[in-house]
Amino acid sequence: AAMELPPSSYPASRAASLVAGYACYRRGGPGRGLALRAVRRAAIQDIDDVGHKYHLELVLEDMLDKDSTVNCTAEVLYHLGNKNIAPDVQFTIEGELKNTDEADNVFYKRIKSLEKELVAENIPDSHGNVSPEMEPIRLLAWVASGYVIWQNSTENTNFRLAQIKHVKQVKRSDEYLEFDYMILLHEMVSQEIIPWQMTVLWHPQHGVQVTQDSRQPKHASE
Amino acid sequence: DQVLHIVPETFQQVQHLQHLCGTLLLDLWKPLLPEDIWAGEDLHIRVPAPLVQEVKDSLDQHMISYKVLIPDVQELVDQSMPRERSGHRQVPEGYVYTQYHPMEEIYQWMTQIQKSNSELVTQHYLGKTIENRTMYYLQISQPSDKTKKIIWMDCGIHAREWISPAFCQWFVKEILQNYKSDPKISRILQNLDLYVLPVLNIDGYIYSWEKERLWRKNRSPHMNGTCYGTDLNRNFNSSWGSIGVSYNCSSEIFCGSGPESEPETRAVAQFIKRKKSDILCYLTIHSYGQYILTPYGSTTKPPSNSEELMHVAEKAAAALMGKYGTSYEVGSTSSILYNNSGSSRDWAHMIGIPFSYTFELRDKGTHGFVLPPDQIQPTCEETM
Repeated sequence: AAMELPPSSYPASRAASLVAGYACYRRGGPGRGLALRAVRRAAIQDIDDVGHKYHLELVLEDMLDKDSTVNCTAEVLYHLGNKNIAPDVQFTIEGELKNTDEADNVFYKRIKSLEKELVAENIPDSHGNVSPEMEPIRLLAWVASGYVIWQNSTENTNFRLAQIKHVKQVKRSDEYLEFDYMILLHEMVSQEIIPWQMTVLWHPQHGVQVTQDSRQPKHASE
Repeated sequence: DQVLHIVPETFQQVQHLQHLCGTLLLDLWKPLLPEDIWAGEDLHIRVPAPLVQEVKDSLDQHMISYKVLIPDVQELVDQSMPRERSGHRQVPEGYVYTQYHPMEEIYQWMTQIQKSNSELVTQHYLGKTIENRTMYYLQISQPSDKTKKIIWMDCGIHAREWISPAFCQWFVKEILQNYKSDPKISRILQNLDLYVLPVLNIDGYIYSWEKERLWRKNRSPHMNGTCYGTDLNRNFNSSWGSIGVSYNCSSEIFCGSGPESEPETRAVAQFIKRKKSDILCYLTIHSYGQYILTPYGSTTKPPSNSEELMHVAEKAAAALMGKYGTSYEVGSTSSILYNNSGSSRDWAHMIGIPFSYTFELRDKGTHGFVLPPDQIQPTCEETM
C-alpha cells in the first residue's frame, strides 16, 4: 500500500528531481529544456525485496519560457541494495510540448556549417551570464545531464547541473552532431561539486544520446 | 529603430529614395551620401522608430521592395555594450546593486554607507577570519531613549552563494533609501535595530572570485595544508558533529575539528551570545532552492514555538509570492532538505532566540549558485 508524503518533504523532492531529469533527457533538446516547477502529490510504497516505489504528480516548466508548464505523472522505483542499477522511471506528460523544429534546424545548420569546431568554457560564467549563441549548447548539456543524473541517483542524492566547465565539438562524417562536455554536477545532500565527462550526440529527428560518460576526480576540472 | 536593406531597380526609385532621405533626414549607413545611391547597389538606411511605418508605406506606394536588416537597433546596441565594471567603484551613489561585487568593493561600500548615513549607520568590528581578514557588521539604529530589540541578518556563510551578499547590500540600501518615506520601514526602525553582516565567510568569498567559483567552505588549512576548508554552517554548537556532516576535510560538509573551531564561527557566536537577550530574530541568507527554513536540521522534533515560527514564515512566503509569483516552500530543514547538525540557525534558536530562519534564495536549480545578475533585483525586491 502506498503512503502519502508531504510534497515538500525531501524524499518526494529527490524523486521528483530525478523524474524531471529523466523526462528532460527523453524529451529535451537544444531548443527545449524541462525543469521541475513543483510537486503536487507524492506517495511511497515499500515493495518487499525489491525496493521503494514513488508515485508522483509534478509540474514541469519549459526553461526557455517559464510561463509554459505541463503536468506530469510518474513512478520511480529505487532498487534495493545494488547501487549500480539506475532507478526505473516511468512518466507521462499531459498535453503538448512546444514544437522546436525551427530552432533546432537553425542550430543544426549553424553548427554543421562551422569551419572550426566549436569550443567554449564556463557556461554560465561566474556572474551567471550565458551568451545567446551558447544557450542551445547549455540546454543540450542540461538535457544530457538528465541521463547522467538518472543513472546515478539514489534516494540519498539530489543532483543538478551547476556549470559547464568545458565543451568541445567533435566533427563527424555522418549527420549527427557530437559534443564532448566536462560538466560540474551539484549534489545537494553532500553539497559536493562533481566533475563529469560526457559525450553527447544529437540530431533534430533523433533526439539526444549520451554515448559515454565518466565521473572525474575532484580536481579534474581545474 | 530599424535598418532597411533596399536595392533600387530604376532611376525613379533612386530619386525617390534620395527624396525620402533628404526630407525625413534618414540616417544613411550605406552609402554615406544620398548622391551615391545607385540603381542595382545595396542601400542600408536606419529609420527612427516613429518614422518606420511612414517610410515603409512610402516604399510600398512606389513599389520599392525592401528587407528589414536590423529589426531593433537598440537591442543590438545593448547586447554589444561591454559590461560596465569600472567607474562604479567606491561610491554608493553610483554603486550598482544589480551586479555582483568582489570583497574589496564590499569593504569600500561599507565605509561609504556609514559615511553617507552616519546618523543611522555604524560599522563595527566583529572578528577576524582564518586568513586574518577583518569581519565587520553594520548597525542600523535610529537614536532613541528606549532599548530596542535586535534583528540580526548574516549573508555569505557559503562562498559560492553570491546572491546572498548581494541581498544584504540591497537590503541595507533599501532601508536607508526609504526609511523616511516608507511608513513600514520607519516603524521597524522606531522599534528595532538591524544588524547586518554582509559577508560572513570573507576568505571563501574571495576564493570563489579568484580561484574556484563553486567553493563553499572557509579556508582553514588542515592536514598540513593538504586540505582546506570547514563548512561554517556545520560548525556551530548545535548538536555539532552528530548528523549530516563529514569528519573528513575533503568533504564539502566537513564540520571542523570541533564546535566553533573556526574563527568566523566564534566571531559570530560570541557576539550573538553577548546580545542574545535583546535579539528577537536571527536570519541567515543562503541560496539556492527558494525555501524559508525553520529549526531544526538535526532532529525532526519541532521547536517549542513551532506554530508561531511557521505562521510568520508562511506569511513571509505569501508576501514574497505576491511580488513576482515566486514560490518559496516553508518548513524545517530536517523535513524539506536533509538532516544536518551544527547550523547557525539551529544554534541561534537553541540559545533562546525565538525567531530563527534560513532563507534559501532563488532559484530552484536552473542556474543554481550561478544566478545571473539580471535576477538580483527581482530576487532582492521580492525578499524585501
